[in-house]
Amino acid sequence: MLVAVVASIALLVTEHQNSQLGSVRTALSILVDPLKYLVSLPTSVLEQLSDSVMTYQALKTENDRLREEQLVHQTRMLKFAALEKENIRLRALLENSFKLGEQVLVAELLSVNMVPYEHIVVVNKGTRFGVHPQQPVLDANGVVGQVFRALPFTSEIMLITDPNHAIPVQVNRNGLLTIAVGSGQLNRLILPFLPSNADIRPGDLLITSGLGGTFPQGYPVAVVDEFTAQPNKAFATITATPKASLDRNRELMIVWSKSVPVPLIVKPENEEGTTDAVK
Amino acid sequence: MPLNNTIGFFRILLTLVLAMCLRIAPLSGDLALLSPDWVLLVLIYWALYLPERVGIVHAWIFGLLTDVLLGRMLGQYALAYSLIIYICLKFHKRLRAFPMLQQGLFIFFCLLLSQLLLFFIKNLQHPAQLQASFWLPVFTGTLSWPFVYGVLSFVSLFRRIK
Repeated sequence: MLVAVVASIALLVTEHQNSQLGSVRTALSILVDPLKYLVSLPTSVLEQLSDSVMTYQALKTENDRLREEQLVHQTRMLKFAALEKENIRLRALLENSFKLGEQVLVAELLSVNMVPYEHIVVVNKGTRFGVHPQQPVLDANGVVGQVFRALPFTSEIMLITDPNHAIPVQVNRNGLLTIAVGSGQLNRLILPFLPSNADIRPGDLLITSGLGGTFPQGYPVAVVDEFTAQPNKAFATITATPKASLDRNRELMIVWSKSVPVPLIVKPENEEGTTDAVK
Repeated sequence: MPLNNTIGFFRILLTLVLAMCLRIAPLSGDLALLSPDWVLLVLIYWALYLPERVGIVHAWIFGLLTDVLLGRMLGQYALAYSLIIYICLKFHKRLRAFPMLQQGLFIFFCLLLSQLLLFFIKNLQHPAQLQASFWLPVFTGTLSWPFVYGVLSFVSLFRRIK
């Protein structure tokens, strides 16, 4: 009895002081992770079934829609490539550096329920795929969160709406920098650090500012919903809705953004080479 | 009988693994707040009715596995489970003779103690806000005790585990 208590307290203390227990957790997680897959099996089987019994008509409509979307996106990408090159050239003029493009890995959500009050989800890619803690996670619409803990077969992702999560953001319209803190509700972020006279309006898009180094710059995070200036308080009450559909989608993208920033004070002779690298 | 022994052991293991699966079963929205601590309930049952098979060491190991499963700090469930199983083992003879209602009361206090310990550890880690719904699993756990009792006594009677 005493041994068990002492052992658990020792574990707690060591983990609290420094997380040297990663290897223990990794070893134990190999035992436990199959359970997570087992529990989420019914959901994924149901989903596959519903995919396989779709009617021809539904598939056709979906296919058409996707093709149309693809066309639109491709056209936009054409323009994007030109803009990117122009941006690089302009930055080179400013003697600034430009970050390389990111690499992404698509991970699927496992439908398991970890703990209430914390917005942590589990995905099916882990350290075997090179996932490491503090990697940003996105979906098609915006930032979802960051990798909280990477285990061999799964990894835990903390959503941006977790009460313990904060993300440095910037208002897209005017570059105003602030921090968005999770509220504990899946559809709301709070911006607690802006004064009542800040230049921010409902409908403003918040993007990642790239400060702090965890999230790459320029991804959409949320849209400001409500701005209430409180005359008797120093800070305004501002809430925002995340762009990413946090409660709905099953595919998430884990991003590698640790690429080395390349100084782009390009000399005319090697300009070709550098732009190729950026692609 | 060694063969019977191993079968019995695997049956206990299986119920515990099932309890762990139930623990992380996906529930929508507010239902997730109600989900009781199945692993602890199953451990308590085995500690009360087969105290020679399930001891503090088992409780500690399954607590540690639950920690990893739920991504908690290593050791907090291990601590809570081993303490509660210790209490159960201490009083198992008296508790077995209790009627359901009194047993339920005991289970209620066990679950409350475990939840208190977890809250205490969480609070040491970083000051946490206490929501009233934090205590809901204690009540739902107590209410689901008859269910756990029924299922597990069926399991143990099905082919006598000794």
